Amino acid sequence: MNDIAQGTIDAFRLIFTLDPDLLEVVGLSLRVTVTAVLIASLIGLPLGAWLVINRFRFRRQTIAVLNALMGLPPVVVGLFVYMMLSRSGPFGVFGLLFTPTAMIIAQVIIITPLIASISHQTIRDLWAEYHDLLISLNTSRWQRITALLWDGRRALLTAMLAGFGRAIGEVGAIMIVGGNIDHSTRVLTTSIALETGKGNFAFAMGLGFVLITLAVTINLLMHSLSRTERASVW
Amino acid sequence: MNWKFPFATLFSLLLATMVQAAEIRLAVTTSFQNSGLSDVLLPQIKKDIGLDVQLIVVGTGQALKLGEAGDVDAILVHSRKAEEAFLKAGFGTHRREIMYNDFILIGPSSDPAQISEADTAVTALQKIAAAKAPFVSRGDDSGTHKKELSLWQAAGLDPATFGSWYRAAGAGMGATLNVASGMDAYVMADRASWLNFGNKGDLKLMFAGDPVLFNQYAFIPVNPQRHPHVKTALVAQLEDWLTGETAARLINGYKINGETLFTFNATKP
Amino acid sequence: MTHSILPLTLDGAIARVRGKTLVGPVDLQIGETGLTIVMGPNGSGKTTLLRLMHGLQRVSGGRVEWAVPDGMARGRQSYVFQSPIMMRRKVVDNIAYPLILHGVPRRQARSTAAEWAARFGLGDALDRPAPYLSGGEKQKLALARALIRQPEILFLDEPCANLDGRAIREIETILQQAQADGTRIVMATHDMGQARRLATDVVFMYGGKVHETAPAPDFFKQPTTAEARAFINGDIVE
Repeated sequence: MNDIAQGTIDAFRLIFTLDPDLLEVVGLSLRVTVTAVLIASLIGLPLGAWLVINRFRFRRQTIAVLNALMGLPPVVVGLFVYMMLSRSGPFGVFGLLFTPTAMIIAQVIIITPLIASISHQTIRDLWAEYHDLLISLNTSRWQRITALLWDGRRALLTAMLAGFGRAIGEVGAIMIVGGNIDHSTRVLTTSIALETGKGNFAFAMGLGFVLITLAVTINLLMHSLSRTERASVW
Repeated sequence: MNWKFPFATLFSLLLATMVQAAEIRLAVTTSFQNSGLSDVLLPQIKKDIGLDVQLIVVGTGQALKLGEAGDVDAILVHSRKAEEAFLKAGFGTHRREIMYNDFILIGPSSDPAQISEADTAVTALQKIAAAKAPFVSRGDDSGTHKKELSLWQAAGLDPATFGSWYRAAGAGMGATLNVASGMDAYVMADRASWLNFGNKGDLKLMFAGDPVLFNQYAFIPVNPQRHPHVKTALVAQLEDWLTGETAARLINGYKINGETLFTFNATKP
Repeated sequence: MTHSILPLTLDGAIARVRGKTLVGPVDLQIGETGLTIVMGPNGSGKTTLLRLMHGLQRVSGGRVEWAVPDGMARGRQSYVFQSPIMMRRKVVDNIAYPLILHGVPRRQARSTAAEWAARFGLGDALDRPAPYLSGGEKQKLALARALIRQPEILFLDEPCANLDGRAIREIETILQQAQADGTRIVMATHDMGQARRLATDVVFMYGGKVHETAPAPDFFKQPTTAEARAFINGDIVE
């Protein structure tokens, strides 16, 4: 109990004094996760739409696999990316292990199936609505995908935010591929793991509050931004 | 949303991750990191020779793996046998002793196995085994874990035959201490991690001082003949600094709660 | 304009879904001018016939052929659905969408769309989200969107179902204007009065087959089949 109270106090102290180490860690958390979400969205959103409008032989199986990949264990992804990027691995020459780029790669692998799967579900409903019109207008595949993505953008924002939520709170994979290097690859979650390891529960808890606050703030921000763009909710 | 925006953001974010300064990667053990000594040494290294030392904090087993794969430029570990095997296989250029600290046995204040009365580390462990008192092992192939195993061996006991009182945490020092604290179990730790540990609960230091528990740290540069990309020159600079007078002063002077943790013992070549 | 896509010829055309024949075999020709009204009781296959002609329904047997290759004909026809499909965009963007698909620059497409919206009585609603329009406004939007590419032929599937008198009159005026501008119109309707007001010729569907075709005056005065006669008289036709 005491640790939780102390954690709250620590969290407020860290936030209101704008602790430079905290800002650095928060900044890297955001940089890595936002980049990963953008890349994963560039892949996952069109992929979700593509799976909706195309009929091919193993479509059902592909979607089932995609849904299963949503539960990909981050530690396994981390290990896989680690072996790929290690100097003795196939992409070792790029020297990417223990860099933020490696963390971004791992997160992209973790959240792309999630974003693709949620966007697939969303776009499936919209496609049912638009199907006749878009066929009647003699649209190309790409035109269909862009129309569905654009008109479904509010719902797709939810998919992106789900990806953001998973990525910002992820620790297993980025600990392995990032190495939790101070001032280089240390993010909020790995800091929390480190402080917990040192038995500094109050401080770890404080960082935890910062992480939760950050995630909630980003969600609120995105939702209010998307609403001011146009007053209506579709 | 404009499509140009995410692309531009993406690009600048990717670029930002590529900017790098003079830095090397050093794989160290959790016990070194947890001691807090690195927080004293690294800023001074940056100040004296302008080098950013990036610590990859892992168990000794993984540290050696990282050196083998060439993913770090040097390693600082404490497991002599493993280090020698590493050198023999040609993964490192040489082994340079820097400093030592010591391992201690920790247990619940009631001391159910009465190890505080033991005269050697080996008898202490034998008492724990005889009492079947809960004991938490690192179980992660780290230097501390290897040390613990060698002590059981010296005691004529085999952890593989132990009952449920012997728990392998499979985790770093801090996490293992957390487990021990939660279970009121005995545990072997390095003194530095213990002193810096914040969640002691009912645990107390029960046994220390047997010379067999001394824990020698050594610095091993990764062999550039195997991995041409390692920053050999920078590693040499770091080695000079770590074996020099500033390092000696800082290491010997580092105290937690008034207790000295490390003894500098590097020798001039 | 190049060669007309009309006439449209159906030759033994069949629409079958999961082994069940919905429409056909149908032999029918849609000539270059006129306003054809497709009539018939519920379930007689009016909608399926229209979809078959427009290419929304796969041809399971026989042929549905335009005067030009299919690929050329695809872009020169439009379709208005019974319940209008509103894209989740502003009114102006809905109307501009077919032009943008055709590669018209966005700014130009939107200003053309604004003109069309004004012509269809939607001038005040340009920036409103289309899904929030009233039923009549939605159908007018759908018409504007269908006509903006100036198709050679326009299919309409009961566009005035569920609309009130005023909206029906507005839409009929639009259709008559389009017809006068040279757009071939094929429209399914339930509304006998509307059929009498608009039709130049009638296709009477019954049981998935074309039961009777005739110029409108002849059909309404002297239908040749008993079912058509009963239908015109307002009797229940199963």
